[in-house]
Amino acid sequence: MAHAYTPGLRVTDRAVVRRERRLPLRGTVLVAPGDAVAADTVVARTELPGNVQTVNVAARLSIDPAAVPEALVRPIGSRVAAGEVVASGRSLFGLLSQKAVAPADGVIESVSGVTGQLILREAPLPVEVHAYVRGRVVEVLPEEGVVIESDAAFVQGIFGVGGETHGAIAVRVQGPDQELRADRIDASCHGRVVIGGAYVSYETLMRARDAGAAAVVVAGFDDRDLRRLLGKDLGVAITGSEDVGITLVLTEGFGRIAMAERTWKLLTGHEGDPASVSGATQIRAGVMRPEILVPLASAGAAASATNAASGVEIGSLLRVIRQPWFGRIATVVELPPELRELESGSLARVMVVEFSDDGSRAVVPRANIERIES
Amino acid sequence: MDTALESIRSILATDCGSTTTKAILIEKRGEEFRLLVRGEAPTTVEAPFEDVTRGVLNAVREVEELAGRRILDGERILTPQRGTEGVDLYVSTSSAGGGLQMMVSGLVLQMTGESAQRAALGAGAIVMDVIALNDGRRPHEKIRRLRQLRPDMILLSGGTDGGDTKRVVEIAEVLAAADPKARLGAGYELPVIYAGNRDAAPMVRQTLESRTALTVVPNLRPALERENLAPARDAIHELFMEHVMAHAPGYKKLMSWTPVPIMPTPGAVGLIIEKVARRDRLSVVGVDIGGATTDVFSVFQGVFNRTVSANLGMSYSVSNVMAEAGIENILRWVPFEVDEVELRNRIKNKMIRPTTIPQTLEDLVIEQAIAREALRLAFEQHRMLATTLKGVQTERTISDIMAQSQSGATLVNLLDLGLLVGSGGVLSHAPRRVQAAAMMVDAFLPEGLTHLAVDSIFMAPQLGVLSTVHEPAATQVFERDCLIRLGSALAPIGHARPGAPCLTVEITAPGFQPVDRRVPFGELALLPLPDAGDARVVAAPERGFDLGAGKGKNLEARVPGGVVGLIVDTRGRRPFTLPATAPERIAALRAWNRALQAYPREV
Repeated sequence: MAHAYTPGLRVTDRAVVRRERRLPLRGTVLVAPGDAVAADTVVARTELPGNVQTVNVAARLSIDPAAVPEALVRPIGSRVAAGEVVASGRSLFGLLSQKAVAPADGVIESVSGVTGQLILREAPLPVEVHAYVRGRVVEVLPEEGVVIESDAAFVQGIFGVGGETHGAIAVRVQGPDQELRADRIDASCHGRVVIGGAYVSYETLMRARDAGAAAVVVAGFDDRDLRRLLGKDLGVAITGSEDVGITLVLTEGFGRIAMAERTWKLLTGHEGDPASVSGATQIRAGVMRPEILVPLASAGAAASATNAASGVEIGSLLRVIRQPWFGRIATVVELPPELRELESGSLARVMVVEFSDDGSRAVVPRANIERIES
Repeated sequence: MDTALESIRSILATDCGSTTTKAILIEKRGEEFRLLVRGEAPTTVEAPFEDVTRGVLNAVREVEELAGRRILDGERILTPQRGTEGVDLYVSTSSAGGGLQMMVSGLVLQMTGESAQRAALGAGAIVMDVIALNDGRRPHEKIRRLRQLRPDMILLSGGTDGGDTKRVVEIAEVLAAADPKARLGAGYELPVIYAGNRDAAPMVRQTLESRTALTVVPNLRPALERENLAPARDAIHELFMEHVMAHAPGYKKLMSWTPVPIMPTPGAVGLIIEKVARRDRLSVVGVDIGGATTDVFSVFQGVFNRTVSANLGMSYSVSNVMAEAGIENILRWVPFEVDEVELRNRIKNKMIRPTTIPQTLEDLVIEQAIAREALRLAFEQHRMLATTLKGVQTERTISDIMAQSQSGATLVNLLDLGLLVGSGGVLSHAPRRVQAAAMMVDAFLPEGLTHLAVDSIFMAPQLGVLSTVHEPAATQVFERDCLIRLGSALAPIGHARPGAPCLTVEITAPGFQPVDRRVPFGELALLPLPDAGDARVVAAPERGFDLGAGKGKNLEARVPGGVVGLIVDTRGRRPFTLPATAPERIAALRAWNRALQAYPREV
């Protein structure tokens, strides 16, 4: 049967999800294989080397750089406090006594007899890695981290902002084509993953943030509002580390678009269940999409959640992802092998689709569809 | 040419890009080298394959099928050619795994800092950051930056020979304190090239040798008025092979297949452009607009320059074009009203789904408007780096002062530009060739007479690396099979009111219906040229307009034919402006599109 390859976003009731939780540097792993973990369990810890400060001792003491090593009053490797004298000397025929002090708490790492600089390293910064999703430890990466496995319902979004978070799912609209409105946000959203429908405005999102919601998951959002949220135009789609006070996951894209039925049903079916959410998105080689994971209570037969490109065949359900039918859901009815001329004048491989809402048909370039995976 | 080269009859060349590996087969036909076929396959550097040679073999298998000729013996390239099997030479370039990512440093940002940047860019690197003593950051901020970025390689420069050593060592100490790690794997030391004041080399060695893989080469700025970038560039190429490539999956095997060092893709493109410019004694600009980045190459006054705008592109970086250009600058090229909220959402939707293509004509026009701004911005960045050396005391004559020439002035002179070559999907695959020509004219605003071409299937990288061992084969294929001659642009410098007399153009060629046309100010006109062979063009500007020969002076030239023709652009230069109000602007854009027959219907 004719088929086409297209990357799809995964939306599945049950999958075995593995998440690697790695420290930025080597450190200590705090859990063992088989351990059960909650989303907020600390699984590994390390210390990042502290910031480096430099002190121009030669200039401070008005001496030759070569004389700096001898002018140290504390040896290399000493721990010093901010304001403590680290070197001293006399200048102007011994008349003036000069001192160089530490600009911060830290350890004297080195001095240079060429430049007269002293390098002071500040205290290390502790870093902890959480499990992120409820599950169990299936692998320990010695001194680096762990792999957590979880049976979970799994939804990949198309774009997100904000980091990892978790909370119980709270549905705040009646249907997948409805806008999440400000009057639906109240104190009960505190700590929750709020599910909206087709759209959320900047004002409503801010209200959710002020109410203490952990995350908002909707189909669409305006780029104009994203600019207000980030305080600048987002140039390249690399997100996850911005400090916006809430995690936002879009399931369909920019604009006002109904949430795909399957995504809607899956999320609303888990009302009240704890979910882990990440807004981190990287659209580059090694693409990373935002996600919502809802760990399931009991283990069962589950599909492995690998994210491979999959074939599109006649009958496949898909979403058109570019104008003039952006956001509409359809089924493949024909996969002609030959190139066809588009209205733009380009030649491209195409497919004929039938829209789910009104049964009408259209020719769409194969590059402009996204399979809705199951 | 030596006999070994003379005996070469067939060449296989591949380019391992970050997504696609492209293979071309070149054969000697009589006295000429010509492209025979081209094949491609997905690049296989990432999981699950993690072996670049899989993609190479797949692309070569496609070449085998298309050419009906055996090139592989199992998983080995058959060399030399025996009968009709195998090839005499195999060469390759690579930008897989994100290309070569470097940090460079100098003492003064605008002097050695810029020279170091030019050396790294010229070698084909992406420059992640330039660290200098006067870059406004405090030492600990520089150290943090060095740690965060994890470059593939660092180029350390600073000071002229015999000059200050202390401050050069200061930068080396910052680097030592940062103790940066290489991007690919923690198992090897970070390559560092020192190309600064030779007197500081022993101290730099002492500071860095135990922590990094240090290579010392001659100073890239031995004196203020002299740049010597070649040793640093060569060292970058060598270390790219030895360290970076050798740690990328499958490259050891690939390196064993070819007798010629694998080059970074953009470095190879630069080489072929440089060679063509030198051979034809032309000033040349080449641009390659990709999904994530846009590379600009130029040769002016015999000096080669390359810049890469890392975040200007048509898919992954499309949203950044909007952020940098501003939405109003994109909208100025769109001949219909567009709601700003809607346009912003469309651009973001392209960013999050970068592989989609325009289906409607309106969507294509918007995409081409964005391309104009991406090209314009990339060229602006190029002009700022392609300069004469800064910090040089020059004796200035009265005419220099009148011409505002000074140290650090850009080398880019549009009036002198002879050939503009575009490549990348939005230009090479534009549904009509005239659309590519129009995008280049609007973005680069060439002045006087400029030939236009597109690289049809982006073979420049393979031809660049081939030119290091077989220049005639590389330049012959570049000229005959790689470039599609679009025609030329003719644009006088000057201003008048719309409709005022501006330019008269005559075109003659053997067996060609002569053309004699008056083009008033404020228009675009498309005049026919023969598809092949040269035509004689005589252009007579009105008083006050200059085509390069002086105001009001005629320009006579032989112009190569092309598939589009001669675009006469009397819309004004220095400055070029579009009508201020939206209705006037839309009317003008529509008239120009009609004149060029740019689209199948009015948009």
